[in-house]
Amino acid sequence: MNDLRVRLSQNAALLTAIVVFILFYVFYNMNHPRGFSVAVLIQNSNEVFTLAMVAMAQTVPVLMGGLDLSVGAIMTLVNTIASHLLNGSPMQIAFGMVVSLAAGAACGFVNGCIVVYGRIQPIIATLATGAIFLGLALFLRPSPGGNVDDDLSWAATNDLYEIAATYGFAQNGEAGWFQPISWIPVPLLLLVLVAVLVWLPFARSVTGRTVYAVGSGEGAAYMSGLSIDRAKIAAFTLGGFFAGIGGLYLTLQTSSGNADIPQAGAYTLNSIAAVVIGGTSLLGGVGTAIGSIFGALILRTISFNFRIFEIDPLMQPLFEGTVLLAAVSLGAFRVLRVKNTLELFR
Amino acid sequence: MTTSAPEPATSRLKISEDNKPIVMSAGFIVVILAVGTMYTLYTQGTATLLSPEYLLQQLQVGAFLGIVAAGMMLVILLGHIDLSIPWTIAAGAMMATTVGGPMAIPVGLGVGLLVGLVNGLGVAYLRIPSMIFTLGVNAVMRGLMVAHTGGFAPQTAATDLMQYLAVGKILGIPVALLVWAVVSMGVMLLLQRTAVGKSIYAIGNKEAAAYLAGVPTKWVIVSAFCLCGMLAGLSGTLLAGYSTKAYQGMGDAYLLPAIAAVVIGGTHILGGRGRYLGTLIGVILIVLLNSVLSIMQMPESGRQIIYGTVIIVMLLVYGRGRKVTS
Repeated sequence: MNDLRVRLSQNAALLTAIVVFILFYVFYNMNHPRGFSVAVLIQNSNEVFTLAMVAMAQTVPVLMGGLDLSVGAIMTLVNTIASHLLNGSPMQIAFGMVVSLAAGAACGFVNGCIVVYGRIQPIIATLATGAIFLGLALFLRPSPGGNVDDDLSWAATNDLYEIAATYGFAQNGEAGWFQPISWIPVPLLLLVLVAVLVWLPFARSVTGRTVYAVGSGEGAAYMSGLSIDRAKIAAFTLGGFFAGIGGLYLTLQTSSGNADIPQAGAYTLNSIAAVVIGGTSLLGGVGTAIGSIFGALILRTISFNFRIFEIDPLMQPLFEGTVLLAAVSLGAFRVLRVKNTLELFR
Repeated sequence: MTTSAPEPATSRLKISEDNKPIVMSAGFIVVILAVGTMYTLYTQGTATLLSPEYLLQQLQVGAFLGIVAAGMMLVILLGHIDLSIPWTIAAGAMMATTVGGPMAIPVGLGVGLLVGLVNGLGVAYLRIPSMIFTLGVNAVMRGLMVAHTGGFAPQTAATDLMQYLAVGKILGIPVALLVWAVVSMGVMLLLQRTAVGKSIYAIGNKEAAAYLAGVPTKWVIVSAFCLCGMLAGLSGTLLAGYSTKAYQGMGDAYLLPAIAAVVIGGTHILGGRGRYLGTLIGVILIVLLNSVLSIMQMPESGRQIIYGTVIIVMLLVYGRGRKVTS
């Protein structure tokens, strides 16, 4: 009867995440000593982009009812690959980017094949492949370093004006028609592009719907004649591709490659937190990668707020941990609504 | 679950589904030892790996991982997981050295127990997936310890008793190994001989069925998490004794190997199936693999690759799930 109300209730978790993020971010900007400025926006979106990508990477396997403990490792591996390839002529750089992204997707494909054909549980299969990817990353970059094209690195981490000025189009960014959009930070634009051009088409494709179906009930999906194997492999491959974008961007942001194992672990764990905060169920079948983007935004905005309130740095991890624990504990309200105890055991 | 009914004599030669991982892992341990010995014979002309002193020393180091894995197994058998292990270990170690004196070890265990209690309550009563709840608890523990120590390695030292338990020897046998043995006996008895143990398997197989059968599921889940936390606290206390003090991130290297040891030993990651003997063998396998790789002076990159490959290959051989068709 009321289509809007149904749609709202179906997306309640996503909407909550968006509202919470807006509240946090407005609060941050109102308390920022210099108020809102484009420079702050650029810096913030730079800091958010990689985690947002890794969170999207985590979402796809989670929707399928699995978990990918190798997203941080794939990001790190692509980071080390890109740190070798992103220099030279424009053609060489373009080639390097394609190879980096393909490597990310290939890692995800390997995960998918092991899960589908090896029939090993995703959590334990990706735990193992994660170790292998980190080993390869260490092999490529035993110590941090790299040679990344400065122009590209500068252009990708600033606003659109700097891209135009660096590569000399739209009259070096001075053209009149270019002014209304010249302030947009590149990472923010990339984030929207990836969500609109990659995620939304995938989620609406048959394969994407199959991923949701497998997460809701694999047996039912099989009996409905859906090609489960293809959906699983596609889910992991897309996850690897997203993690690859994150790794590529990290390379541009830091101008170097670093096979940092603790960092890979931190990104993996934060990605799970972002997915949950973004309203995706760890049981599978419910949620969207858009929510995970907002989950990542919320996590990062919390750290932004620490910065301006000059909280004792030693207390920061405790605050972050408490907020994380409180955020995931919100799911406990489900328990209060359950009328039949047996409904709890899903 | 295994039944106690006597098996017919003809089935002696057949390896049951439950024992297959144990036999295979044991075989793989022999392979590791053989390869390592050939390497040392070739490069140094000695069979260092096979000397009892060397093996005992490796097992002593393995005891810390073994104690953690024993607790982890209880939680995995339930179909849950405990990701708060790293900072439970560190918190146990740090609080034990801070308090010092005769109360050091009880405090270390108590801290672990408390963390486990929080985990258990969150998972059993709030029904939050253990994967994410224990992750949050881990972050909180890290925060508490950073606030407590100021982000540096604490200056406090381990007590003499802690050091004795970690590095002391009785009749040539490391005390840490004896502690591991006592823990192992306890866990084995718990799983095979007590109602709680049987309930753990039942919940791992089908929680709703266990609940309907009258198992106090919440209570069993809370106790399993408590035991897991307490064993992590014990391991942290011993680890502090081994290196004479506690330090930041001292538990980080134990989470993934503990999960890997449990899974390589044949425990199903979704719970309900697995024998403690397998976990024991899994720990020994990982410890020996590590030690052979360091004898071969394998760089970290190669170690990670071999480590991951071993887990996958072992699981491909015996850990394959069934295709879901209905």
